[in-house]
Amino acid sequence: MIRALPWSGRIGLGLVVFWLAVALVGPWLAPHGVGDFVDMDVFSGLSARFPLGSDYLGRDVFSRLLYGARYTVLLGLGAALLASLMGTSLALFSAVNGGWIDEVVSRAMDTLTSIPSKVLALVLVAAFDSTLGLLLVICAITYAPGSFRIARALAMNLLQLDFVTAARARGEGKFYIALGEVLPNMVGPLLADLGLRCVFVVLLLSGLSFLGLGVQPPYADLGSLVRENISGLSDGAPAILAPALAIASLTVGANLLIDAIRTGGDR
Amino acid sequence: MIALAKLIAARVASSVLTLVLVSLVIFAAASLLPGDAAQETLGQSATPAQIAALRHTMGLDVPAPVRYVRWLKGMAKGDPGQSLVANMPVRDIIAQRLPNSLMLAAMTALVAVPLALALGITGAIYQGRSIDRALNIATIGMVAMPEFLVATLGVLIFSVWLMWLPSIALVSDTSTWFDIVRSCALPVLCLTVVVVAQMARMTRAAVADQLGRPYVEMARLKGVSLRRIVLVHVMPNAIGPVVNAAALSLSYLMGGAIVVETIFNFPGLASLMVNAVTSRDMPLLQACAMIFCGAYLILILIADVVAIVANPRLRAQ
Repeated sequence: MIRALPWSGRIGLGLVVFWLAVALVGPWLAPHGVGDFVDMDVFSGLSARFPLGSDYLGRDVFSRLLYGARYTVLLGLGAALLASLMGTSLALFSAVNGGWIDEVVSRAMDTLTSIPSKVLALVLVAAFDSTLGLLLVICAITYAPGSFRIARALAMNLLQLDFVTAARARGEGKFYIALGEVLPNMVGPLLADLGLRCVFVVLLLSGLSFLGLGVQPPYADLGSLVRENISGLSDGAPAILAPALAIASLTVGANLLIDAIRTGGDR
Repeated sequence: MIALAKLIAARVASSVLTLVLVSLVIFAAASLLPGDAAQETLGQSATPAQIAALRHTMGLDVPAPVRYVRWLKGMAKGDPGQSLVANMPVRDIIAQRLPNSLMLAAMTALVAVPLALALGITGAIYQGRSIDRALNIATIGMVAMPEFLVATLGVLIFSVWLMWLPSIALVSDTSTWFDIVRSCALPVLCLTVVVVAQMARMTRAAVADQLGRPYVEMARLKGVSLRRIVLVHVMPNAIGPVVNAAALSLSYLMGGAIVVETIFNFPGLASLMVNAVTSRDMPLLQACAMIFCGAYLILILIADVVAIVANPRLRAQ
């Protein structure tokens, strides 16, 4: 299966696997504690003791990166899963019921998609708060309508097919048709969409953290690491570039992988 | 012609309805705020009587639906209320910032659209060749690039290492055109990177679709040069999808501007909105969010109307 991927897809797969591994075991590999002040100097460059330099308070950037990746990756995965779950279940509900229920749900989702995702997320952050749990829900609400649209289109096509008509003729209930007949046939496209949604969520979440509205201290995701070290930009400190490049390698890698899977390796 | 006008009118009406529904979402989200603005303004030490008095002057003691209708009427008249933090009309604050953001958006469009057209057409002409594949990989990568990485790299390269451009965008009434262009160069560059990839991909798809048609093959067999085929034969047919692509991609500006304006301290609407979130200035936030949603809906409306006008088959439906 890996052999079928073009080289861009393999690079993407490698990056995604790498970041998943970092998210799972990263904290155990960290040479220093996440909040320990270990360097007398601030914004120091690369060295054997501090592989990615030190940050604005003299903490080890490498260790903070290993801890921060966990929040970025796991919040991204969690929010994308929640978004897909909400979008898909609403889509199935609305597609099998049809009629005015479908109209109302579709119109509501259309309304949410008409708000640019960052604007919606900012309004929700202002309305609620940005604790970790709420951020997860906010990102999920922001991207659920996109998932709804794709899942509903898939479900509507499947509902026209003969095996669904046969199930209806057998007298199966709506619940069974949705979960037993329609859902298993849309798993593939939904997984590709889930991957894309992960990329969007990671970008949104780290963008929010970068603005100071996402993950709040004492926790820090990769976006917060960029924000807290922004004063090192004029020195070109690795403390600001390393976390920014880390996020980009994750999102760009995931996007390359999804594109390679979608085009079926025909390039 | 009348059928076309009807179709466009229906599309515009649908956008207006969506905008009203969006306003409902934004108003509802802002009203969910635990505690209320009066409590927040006066602080913990305020007596209940003081709070009740302020609630009355702020109009918070009436039921939410009434407040919504009042707010919507105010928005429609161009008066979204009073800012809680700056203690001045939201309209005045926005009037200072909006022209700057519009200027930034216009400059970005001016750079990004021709660039995306060039990249997209190049990709389509050299379909499957190495330059097309390189453009494909590059644009996929750019789509997933966080805005703040683009911005920090831009600052690092152009203002720290090369020292060509300022890293903070100062715009004042006294600055000359050259100053404005110079201080906006980096923000425009970053926003261009944000929107150009998607635009180039959609342009490539539209042009590639036309290049595969029989009339192009006919022109080739006649011996028409590639340049002439693209400019004279293909572009008039692809213009609908291309304008559609440009309008849709420009809607990504809204999200990009929020990060880019903040990084460069650009005095625009998006950085104003971020400040409104930080200071929990709900009337200001609601007004900014509505302007962004309105602009977004207008861009998508333009994209749809162009698609309807450009495609005779859509008109018939």
